[in-house]
Amino acid sequence: MAKYLLLKHYRGNPAAVNDVPMDRWTPEEVSAHLKYMDDFAKRLESTGEFVDGQALAQEGTWVRYDGEGRPPVTDGPFPETKDLIAGWMVVDVDSYERAIELAGELSAAPGAGGKPIHEWLEVRPFLTMNHTVSE
Amino acid sequence: MVDEVLLRRLTPGVIGVLVRRGADFASAEDAVQDALVEAVRVWPDDPPRDPRGWLVTVAWRRFLDATRSDVARRRREDLLGEEPPPGPAATADDTLQLYFLCAHPSLSPSSAVALTLRAVGGLTTRQIARAYLVPEATMAQRISRAKRTVAGVRLDQPGDVATVLRVLYLVFNEGYSGDVDLAAEAIRLTRQLASVVDHPEVAGLLALMLLHHARRAARTTPEGRLVPLAEQDRSRWDTGAIAEGVAVLQAALARDRLGEFQAQAAVAALHADARTAEETDWVQVVEWYDELVRLTGNPVARLNRAVAVGHADGPRAGLAALAELDPSLPRHTAVSAYLHERDGDLEQAARLYAEAARRASDVAERDHLTRQAARLNSRHRPAAEPG
Repeated sequence: MAKYLLLKHYRGNPAAVNDVPMDRWTPEEVSAHLKYMDDFAKRLESTGEFVDGQALAQEGTWVRYDGEGRPPVTDGPFPETKDLIAGWMVVDVDSYERAIELAGELSAAPGAGGKPIHEWLEVRPFLTMNHTVSE
Repeated sequence: MVDEVLLRRLTPGVIGVLVRRGADFASAEDAVQDALVEAVRVWPDDPPRDPRGWLVTVAWRRFLDATRSDVARRRREDLLGEEPPPGPAATADDTLQLYFLCAHPSLSPSSAVALTLRAVGGLTTRQIARAYLVPEATMAQRISRAKRTVAGVRLDQPGDVATVLRVLYLVFNEGYSGDVDLAAEAIRLTRQLASVVDHPEVAGLLALMLLHHARRAARTTPEGRLVPLAEQDRSRWDTGAIAEGVAVLQAALARDRLGEFQAQAAVAALHADARTAEETDWVQVVEWYDELVRLTGNPVARLNRAVAVGHADGPRAGLAALAELDPSLPRHTAVSAYLHERDGDLEQAARLYAEAARRASDVAERDHLTRQAARLNSRHRPAAEPG
């Protein structure tokens, strides 16, 4: 019973095996990909392992505090930063091995030519909160 | 207000009655959940004289309603009749069998926990979902899958107490989030289990939970900061819970069938017994960890033993004990940092605390270790001016 973040990057990760940008796929391939993701989330819900899944817009803005009484400083939006997070899925599973297995399945989503993309996903465990700590 | 604790306490017995009248477990459990929701709605204005009888009647009616649409309707009605004679009173055995079923070895730990909290604990799916920070739909699926998994298990089969204890211990360790105090709930369920089965390890686990829970108020500051055992304000320990835990443990130990929970509880009792950290009987703590290692071979027990050796025989002896253990063990680095600090090697301790913080799997523990590293690193310079 631990939560893991399955993180999908646009950039900053090693190249996928089937590394063709989505806009070069056929419309049917795009639909098949989206359906795969949708089915994957539904299946995780039916196994009682789904927590959350979100996609993010490509463009983001950097923001920081700029002192008392001043508006925050912004920079960007940057379409071309080094690393870009495309989206994530959060799962609640019994083991690390299960999280890896699920990430592997997610990475098999079909892309160009209907073949699996084999894209690299990052698996990060959540830190727990308020657990009874042994002494 | 409805007495929710009463409702939760009555839940397993009511399921037991339905099952003995011929309902299958999954349908009985659903029907009782419906009856609990109905009770929360109706009881404030119209409290029943006999809460348990009320729940049985309503749950049974729900069960019949649900099965009416089934193809098996006629067969069931012939078999059971619309208004069956009141079934035999729920027995301790019913409750025990439910514990076994919900902790059945065919279930994954998370499924066993969820099913136990619902069918034995009488919690709603929403409460369980909130406590484990997952969507309600996910928790509902987890529970119905668990019920399908155990659908073929007969309720009169003897079960394994050890698997039940592992599930209850998991619930206890989850601590506290959402509107249900899972640690308190685990204690209630373990106490109830102890009332229906005579087993020294059930008593051992109950004692362990009571002794740990007794220190909870002192274990964190109001802001959620972790307070190490040695620095806890012992006047904030719950002496009533400690006295009960010690009594339960002594009765269990007297039966001379030692198990891992009794040994862990014995360590907790030694800590609870010390009026100050300095008075802790570390030699005895080491002896109990020796027992625990002998019983389980558990590497975490060996790690805790190294800490105790560090107190009983000095930090060098603790570090020597630690050197025999796999450095990749969780909290190995934190223990190493602690023992190095006690040994006076503050530079090394600071470095190890920082590394342990990076490896921590819990937020409060990570923050505590970061603070320890910061404390040692800042010992030569005055505190930085804020802002």
